[in-house]
This record gives sequence, C-alpha cells and structure tokens, in this order.
Amino acid sequence: MVSSSTIKTLVESKASNLPERIKEELLDKLLTYNEKYKLKKAEIEAIIDEVVSEYEKALIEPGEAVGTVTAQSIGEPSTQMTLNTFHYAGVAEINVTLGLPRIIEIVDARKNPSTPIMTVYLDEEHRYDPEKAREVARRIEGTTLESLARSMTLDILNMEFVVDVDPERLEKSGLTMEKIQAKLERSFKSAEIEVDGNTLIIRMKKAKGVSTLRRLADKVKKHRLKGLSGVGKTIIRKEGDEYVIYTEGSNFKQVLKVPGVDPTRTRTNNIHEIAEVLGIEAARNAIIEEITRTMQEQGLEVDVRHIMLVADMMTLDGVVRPIGRHGVVGTKASVLARAAFEITVQHLLQAAERGEVDPLNGVVENVLIGQPVPVGTGIVRLAMKLPIKKSIEE
Amino acid sequence: MTAKKTFTIFDQELVPEHRILSEEEKEELLKRYRVKLSQLPQIKASDPAVQALGAKPGDVIEIKRKSPTAGVYYYYRIVVED
Repeated sequence: MVSSSTIKTLVESKASNLPERIKEELLDKLLTYNEKYKLKKAEIEAIIDEVVSEYEKALIEPGEAVGTVTAQSIGEPSTQMTLNTFHYAGVAEINVTLGLPRIIEIVDARKNPSTPIMTVYLDEEHRYDPEKAREVARRIEGTTLESLARSMTLDILNMEFVVDVDPERLEKSGLTMEKIQAKLERSFKSAEIEVDGNTLIIRMKKAKGVSTLRRLADKVKKHRLKGLSGVGKTIIRKEGDEYVIYTEGSNFKQVLKVPGVDPTRTRTNNIHEIAEVLGIEAARNAIIEEITRTMQEQGLEVDVRHIMLVADMMTLDGVVRPIGRHGVVGTKASVLARAAFEITVQHLLQAAERGEVDPLNGVVENVLIGQPVPVGTGIVRLAMKLPIKKSIEE
Repeated sequence: MTAKKTFTIFDQELVPEHRILSEEEKEELLKRYRVKLSQLPQIKASDPAVQALGAKPGDVIEIKRKSPTAGVYYYYRIVVED
C-alpha cells in the first residue's frame, strides 16, 4: 500500500509530459485501484510507465497528413446532410440555416450569415421571470412603424400618408402614439405628423409632388422607433428554469450593453462579429462550437480534433479567413499549389510577372511534378558524408 | 445601486485567458519549439483581447485554451500590426 501523496508525486514526476486531462484520469484511477488492490510502489511505477508509453504511441507522427484526414473526415459525413437551407428547428418561428449550407457559410467565413441569430441570456434578476424577460426583449427588439401598422395608405388626393396603428401591437411594444410622433418629428424635419386616435397622418411641410411623398413614406415605414439596429423579431423561450431570448438579426456589440442581459453567456452566430467584439481566440472557439453544433443537429459526429484544425487554420493570421482561394489556400507559399487549386492561369501569369520561385517544399507541388511527396516517410531526407577527400589523397 | 463589476471581454465564456510573455519566457518558448518569431501564429494589435492587455506588436501572447481532448493547453500568438 502506497500513500496517495506518493502516487501524486510519482505521477507528477514520471508523467509530466501528459496533458492535464490524462494526468487527472491516471491519478484518479491509480487512487481507486490502490484502495482496492493495495498496489506496491514498483507496480504503480510500471503502470505510469505503461500509460506514458501508450500515450506516446497514440501521438500523431511527424509528417502525418492531418489536413487531408480532416478534409475526408468532415467531407464524408457532410454528404449525408440536408441540402435545404431553411428549416424550422430548435427555435420555433425563427428561420435557421442548417446542414451543409451552414457549414459552407462558416468555412467560407461569410461577412453576414444568411440567418443571423443571437441567443441572449439574461442576468440573475431577469432570468426567472417571464415578465422581466419580456421587458429586456422589448429593449432589444427592433420596432418600425411598418411592424406596428394594421394598414398603410398613400392618399394621393390629399397628399397624405396614413398609418393605422394596431393598438394591440402598440401596447406590446411599450410605445405610445405620442412617443412615436415625437420620435418621427425629431427624425423627419420636412414632415408634419398628426395623431388622431390610433391613426398617424404624415404630410409634407411643403407639397412637392407624389414621388417625394412616396419616398418619405418609405423612409418613415422603415424608421427604427426603438431597439437595436439589425435586430428584428425576438422570441422568448424557457430553457430549464430560465428564460432565454432569441433574436432574428444580430447586433452583438450593442446587445452586450443592454441592461438585463448577461454578457458572459450571450452568443451570436455571426463569427465576424465575435472576432470584432471578443477577439480572434473567441472567434476560434465560436467556429468550433458552430460546426460541432451543426453536425450534431444533423445526427453526425466528427472528432473535435478535425474541427479544431480547421478553426486553427482559419484564425492563424489573427483574422478570420475563409478556406478557399481567397483565404487559406490563397496564402500558400507555392505557386504551383495555388495554381493546382483554382484559377490556374491567373496564378501562373501573376507568378511569371513577379518572377516567383517555387522551392517545391509542399505536398501539392510535388504530386504535380511527380516527385516523392514530403508526407509521412517521404518527409525524411538522407544526407550522406562521402569520404571523397580521403580517396583522392590515397 | 449595487457595486456591479464592469464587464470585460475576459468574462465571456468564449474568451480564453490571455497573458503577455516576459522576454525570458519568449526566449524559452522559441528554444523549446525551435521556431522563429515569424513562424508563430499571429494576433492583430487591434484585437480586443490584445487591447485589453495593452500588448504591443512584437509581444508574444500565451493563451490558455480549454480543450475537450487535452483539458488545458497553451497556444502562442505573436502580436502584429494591422
């Protein structure tokens, strides 16, 4: 029987190279087995040595083509994903891009995802009360006159734009007719706004013709009365014992500052926004999470290590780069590797213009030329010192 | 009003710990991995995390990443100008 403190020091000294997770597990197991079987010190040492050597055997070897393995491992299950862009899943009433289109969107590092969504978590105070959650949602939800109106008419005879506001929606939004009037008056100096019950009448101060009125009407319709720009509808859902707000549209920077929001957990699915607000490392984590989630939703499983490699490559330069000719592949050092991928002629012409030299270090170039590829055992080179001088002297 | 802690980006779940390496640690790191500074992954000087730390171009940032496979591991990025 060895004391647990000796086991701990043994693990620390002999297995210091192992990752934290494995070290912890090893220590845990050793302690429980020590209780059960009363191990000797030599036995424990042997176990640790065995674990270390097994770990070292499991490590990726130098020269392993990890990128190719990743491409295959993500590509193969991707063939089983939905090709449909839109689906109602998870969040009712909000459209979410899922499946292959979403994966492509992430990997291409699109500036704006086709369905931006924020998941807004609430702070301690607002988390458990649906009324308070709604209050926060109201602060976030973008409201326009259009979304409040029951009907809108352009009265050409009287040169008026008449908006009939739905009283129910008005109440839900927390606005009043007076507030709307004041807001619009501040933003549209050229217009005259009259309120009559639930009807809003907008006139031009100087009559200028129908087309100007129409233009004004369009602007008034789309004018944001409250909420964050870029954010549309919000939906409150109960998850576990707390209320979470989902938003259509995303404005990550602003939403973190809204009172009642828990900024530590709130998310957006727009990776560029995350990179901008939280930095490149957060963007890397977001890429990994988004890809894993999308895969899981489709019932597929890809080892995280592959996804981590993709995310690492995408964030290598400190900015989120797409995988493809504008991003990761486009920055390859070798001309031939780039030319072999896409837009061959342009790359070759450009290289000729600049007088680029290709030292043929990479994989693609060597496949192209027909030489041994520097992958696996091919990465090893032999250098031999011939006894030339000696033989000459003799 | 309760004294509320102001939110910094390092409170966010997505953001791992960042730390600036000292000159000696930098030397150590380059020796251990046998790399040049230019071979390290980069991070922009305008990155919110770099700004929060006050690091300058040329500094090396150590990032303590949480990994589902290894538990915790360290990643290094060199601060570069935009």
